[in-house]
Amino acid sequence: MLNIVVLAKQVPDTHNVGADAMNADGTVNRAALPTVFNPEDLKALEMALQVKDQVEGSKVTVVTMGPPRAAEIIKDSISRGADDGFVLSDMRFAGADTLATSYALSQAIKQLGPVDLIFGGRQAIDGDTAQVGPQVAEKLEMPQVTYAEKLLGVDDKAICIRRRLEHGTEDVKAQLPVLVTVTLAARDCRFPNAHRLIRHAKDEVRMTNADAINADMERLGLKGSPTKVKKIENVVLAHKESVRLEPTEASLNELSATLIKEHIL
Amino acid sequence: MNNVLVYCEINEKGAIADISLELCTKGRQLATQLGCKLEAAVMGSGVKSAAETLYPYGVDTAFVADDKRLSPYRTLPHFEVLSTLIEEQKPQIVLFGASSVGRDLAPRIASKLKCGLTADCTQLEIGSHEDIKTKKTYDNILLQIRPAFGGNIIATIVCPETRPQMATVREGVMKKEILDANYKGEIAPVKVPSTLDAADKAVEILKREIEEQKIDIKGAQIIVAGGYGMGSKENFALLHDFAHLIGGSVGATRAAVDAGFCEGERQIGQTGVTVRPKLYIACGISGAVQHRAGMEQSAKIISINTDPDAPINAIADYTIVGDVMTVIPQFMEAYKKNLK
Repeated sequence: MLNIVVLAKQVPDTHNVGADAMNADGTVNRAALPTVFNPEDLKALEMALQVKDQVEGSKVTVVTMGPPRAAEIIKDSISRGADDGFVLSDMRFAGADTLATSYALSQAIKQLGPVDLIFGGRQAIDGDTAQVGPQVAEKLEMPQVTYAEKLLGVDDKAICIRRRLEHGTEDVKAQLPVLVTVTLAARDCRFPNAHRLIRHAKDEVRMTNADAINADMERLGLKGSPTKVKKIENVVLAHKESVRLEPTEASLNELSATLIKEHIL
Repeated sequence: MNNVLVYCEINEKGAIADISLELCTKGRQLATQLGCKLEAAVMGSGVKSAAETLYPYGVDTAFVADDKRLSPYRTLPHFEVLSTLIEEQKPQIVLFGASSVGRDLAPRIASKLKCGLTADCTQLEIGSHEDIKTKKTYDNILLQIRPAFGGNIIATIVCPETRPQMATVREGVMKKEILDANYKGEIAPVKVPSTLDAADKAVEILKREIEEQKIDIKGAQIIVAGGYGMGSKENFALLHDFAHLIGGSVGATRAAVDAGFCEGERQIGQTGVTVRPKLYIACGISGAVQHRAGMEQSAKIISINTDPDAPINAIADYTIVGDVMTVIPQFMEAYKKNLK
């Protein structure tokens, strides 16, 4: 019987970014963006559900931090097999960098009693930092296994994981409790189950604020974030001397000849 | 005290990894600008001679922790040794590779020390910063520059109040350069802390499989790269023919890799590899800033794209407006004719 937590994030779909996407202070205006379930967090949810399948009586709780509409991913997770979940939502969390985010998440997890396993995506597509997982692990004084791509085995004492290295893989055995971050190479998440969807359709998703997690307010949000955005530049490209060619035989001929003459080809 | 420290990775051959040598070169520039020393942290088993190879890159002090439990890399043993070292030495800047090791270790260290960490920087500079609210000015701090938010912006990040200032950088982004073959540095042995015993027991490595690197586009002189505009995996095969003909390697954008057109090892850009070939042919690539971050230092760039206003065209030496599936075969024919 394992107490399992999944860290998930609802992220802006960075492929569809409009002009109002950024606030004047350099933080993200999340209200102006379409959202998705962060892809690697869905993989993390699946790995957690695999553990639940293998260790009878285990419970999976999904924790997210974000605006109230992040409740959508909690509902989605429950329809896919999670037992419970809640949203950490409070203006006092706003503007948090990874350090302040991991502090808030770790405080929320501490309220859940002893936790055996924490899964999360390796990174979120809106930041690509891969920092929150290891930072939550440190704050909870738990070991970490990052870049997990396959669950090899689990019981109530230890978990075996295949993790990705730059040029290979590593199979590790970690004693519980441990935090695991999961990459895109892991198994796809199971689909929402129709029965579960119907059964939980009217459930209210629990909302939790900063007061409920026993947090030091100085360590939350913008105030608790050591990194500051000094400057934001929209990407404007400096034109360099560029030759435009029509795709004709003559012009391609000339280009090939030039490149060969210049010893580039 | 208050120096620049580079965490050095040990590669599979027992030598210092390229990414770490690149960071030493960058770290040397920063240290010289700040008028401080450049330090390196080298941890592993039997790594003293590897640490000595760092001097020509301008390393003044190499802290060496030699212990069997530090090789191969595992998070907690390295975390215990490095966090203790940083607490004792109090560097003002610490640099890590944005590798599977650096991205595993650096955030945990930042959490322990409650300091800032900026991931995947593409530029590091020394400069000043004025806080708009408090009007306080901070001089000689690290400006950490990275594309952010889907590449739509370039952000400059600073950590004015906390130390050390920490950043990760991907392999190939900075240049490695010998400063002086006779540069004199020294080894400072590090005593491993007693916390290593517990750290050693948490995670055990059962098996490691290191693959021979089949694809390595980092060193290629000519790269033919394809983007999402290639349309399909079948169309992507044409790039292999093209690259084969002109003696180049095939690269890809993240969009092309995500779409399954080719292997992830070929991905070029902020989250892939950074390349500096003498010729880069961008086929069906629009040119998102993350991709450009990985190739804009190419000596010559040719863009083939149906969109005359694709952002990639702005950094291309030659732009061919047309469909890749028509233009590439034409180009191949023209090349063959000119070779004769």
